[in-house]
Amino acid sequence: MSDTAVTRKGGRSEFGVALLLLALGAWAIIDALRMSADLASRGPVDARTVPIAVGALLVLMAVLLTVDLLRGGRGEQEGGEDVDLSHGSDWKTIGLLVAAFAANALLIERLGWPISGAILFFGTTYALGGRHLIRLAVISVILSVGTWYLFYLALGIPLPAGILKGIL
Amino acid sequence: MDGVTSLLDGFATAVTPINLLYAFVGVVLGTAIGVLPGIGPAMTIALLLPITFSLEPTQAFIMFAGIYYGGMYGGSTTSILLNTPGESASVVTAIEGNLMAKRGRAAAALATSAIGSFVAGTLGTLGLALLAPIIVKLAVQMGAPDYFAVMVLAFVAVTTVLGSSKVRGLASLGIGLLIGTIGIDPTSGQQRLTLGLPELADGIDVVVLAVGLFAVGEALWVAAHLRRTPLDVISVSNVRMTRDDWRRSWKPWLRGTVIGFPFGAVPAGGAEIPTFLSYATEKKLAREPNDFGRGAIEGVAGPEATNNASAAGGLVPLLTLGIPTTATAAVMLGAFQGYGIQPGPRLLDTHAELVWGLIASLFIGNTILLALNLPLATVWARLLRIPRPYLYAGILFFASIGAYAANASTFDLWLLLIIGALGFLMRRFGLPVVPAIIGIILGPVAEEQMRRALQISNGDVAGLFNTWFSRITYAVILVLLIAPVIVRVVRARRGEAPAPIAPQHANVEGQ
Repeated sequence: MSDTAVTRKGGRSEFGVALLLLALGAWAIIDALRMSADLASRGPVDARTVPIAVGALLVLMAVLLTVDLLRGGRGEQEGGEDVDLSHGSDWKTIGLLVAAFAANALLIERLGWPISGAILFFGTTYALGGRHLIRLAVISVILSVGTWYLFYLALGIPLPAGILKGIL
Repeated sequence: MDGVTSLLDGFATAVTPINLLYAFVGVVLGTAIGVLPGIGPAMTIALLLPITFSLEPTQAFIMFAGIYYGGMYGGSTTSILLNTPGESASVVTAIEGNLMAKRGRAAAALATSAIGSFVAGTLGTLGLALLAPIIVKLAVQMGAPDYFAVMVLAFVAVTTVLGSSKVRGLASLGIGLLIGTIGIDPTSGQQRLTLGLPELADGIDVVVLAVGLFAVGEALWVAAHLRRTPLDVISVSNVRMTRDDWRRSWKPWLRGTVIGFPFGAVPAGGAEIPTFLSYATEKKLAREPNDFGRGAIEGVAGPEATNNASAAGGLVPLLTLGIPTTATAAVMLGAFQGYGIQPGPRLLDTHAELVWGLIASLFIGNTILLALNLPLATVWARLLRIPRPYLYAGILFFASIGAYAANASTFDLWLLLIIGALGFLMRRFGLPVVPAIIGIILGPVAEEQMRRALQISNGDVAGLFNTWFSRITYAVILVLLIAPVIVRVVRARRGEAPAPIAPQHANVEGQ
């Protein structure tokens, strides 16, 4: 492996993709092999065939991708209207987003969507650089309470009310 | 004239006040959401799936018809007014469209795109209505091996035709097929890849998958690379075309329709190639070819019409064979499955009201779209200025509601995060998302057809290619796989540098 290939941004992490493909492929094959033989099916194809074939495809792609990477091939990062690829990934923003997302997943059934949804929107907007905190808080609450009523009244889908049960 | 009478019945279904309202709401929501940067038609449909949960299937699909065309038109507006295209089908529109906008001709670009979309969408939908019953007549004779062959063709086409790296396309397809396998195998009742989790026994909900891959994946990806400087949005006043614009546009609209529809209708992958083809054609036929590269209206009119005609064409394999050729069609197929409906040749019999109602609504939606877009273009343009933190937070917010509302389970929210992380990785490392979503949705259906074919043949592998149709299809697949290799070898022998067939994304001007 030449040094230039590795020093180029993201050079080494691409091997992680090959590793992920390998792991997924191995998972599919191992999971299929532990299944019992299917008595109902006739001939060479049963419930294990497709997972094994897909696993083999993934393992093969892991190998071919490694070869491609060693020869200097690089995955093309996706562009877009709001994407600026001139700097690396901003892990702090991602971390905050995931935290806000996880907070919602943990709190939605305890506190209810009107509260957890507001936390989610407030947290993600803050993570992305929104700084008018009071305006943001107001919008967050309006959105989460508004969507709760929209789903409840207009669509007939009750989202969790949590501790606000009886108030809403 | 089977199609025409059925279509009239479809109009009878669609033209009730309440259904017209659904079509109208679909168009407005589809355009408004599709116009937002970073949101393509597939994500628009995925994000709006939850609001159709409580509707009857017919009404839901009438709304989808509106969302489908609305989302697509919204995407083109974005690419004309911003200088970077958001999705592959709008790449070509962005080239001349943005140049026109920069020269102060945004209004004409939007108008030719709106009217072109209407012309192509209407003719394309007419093509769909006429072609669908004919395809169905042929398709009812197709057996399991034939279906399996066509699905293999769809897999091969979507991975090899699109994108620059075949290894990455196939890897993405593999990931999709793997995700599609998760759950209880319907034939044998055995659990596959469920990790013993009861929540995974029924597989992963299509809303969670589509919203995760498109919405959450995209939001995380953009968040990691958010442009901190505001983009230059070009403002538009009133949208209209001059006499000269009309003269230069009407032929490209019709040519675009003719190019786009067949490409959409064959199960071979998307609007990318036909839009490039249309661009090249218009450039060649233009009276003033020098205008190309400085904002030629033909370069907007042609590809835009192509894009919409190909979208209408894409509904032919979706409705008659149950085979999606684009990400948007795959999400629609997922929506059908969510209602327990499997599109295929019998769909037109068993759910005639739904299908023809959907097709009639495509006409209606298209007309509403035209009526709305000419006066409302300035409003849509204003949506482009929405502050980015609010926009991407909103995407995550609505993605979370959708995923939760699908099954009222927190487990799905965690799953959404994992799928979103996968979507992020795919964008980071250049794995295309389309093969994955097609693999997820079509994989289980293909497996079922394969196993059915082998059951009929009593396990003999020849049962997969014992019909002339399946043999021809495999021959086509072979050509698709081998032709590029041969071309490359011949070129290498002649010592020519390999010329790209279609311009790559990197060549898009104004980026």
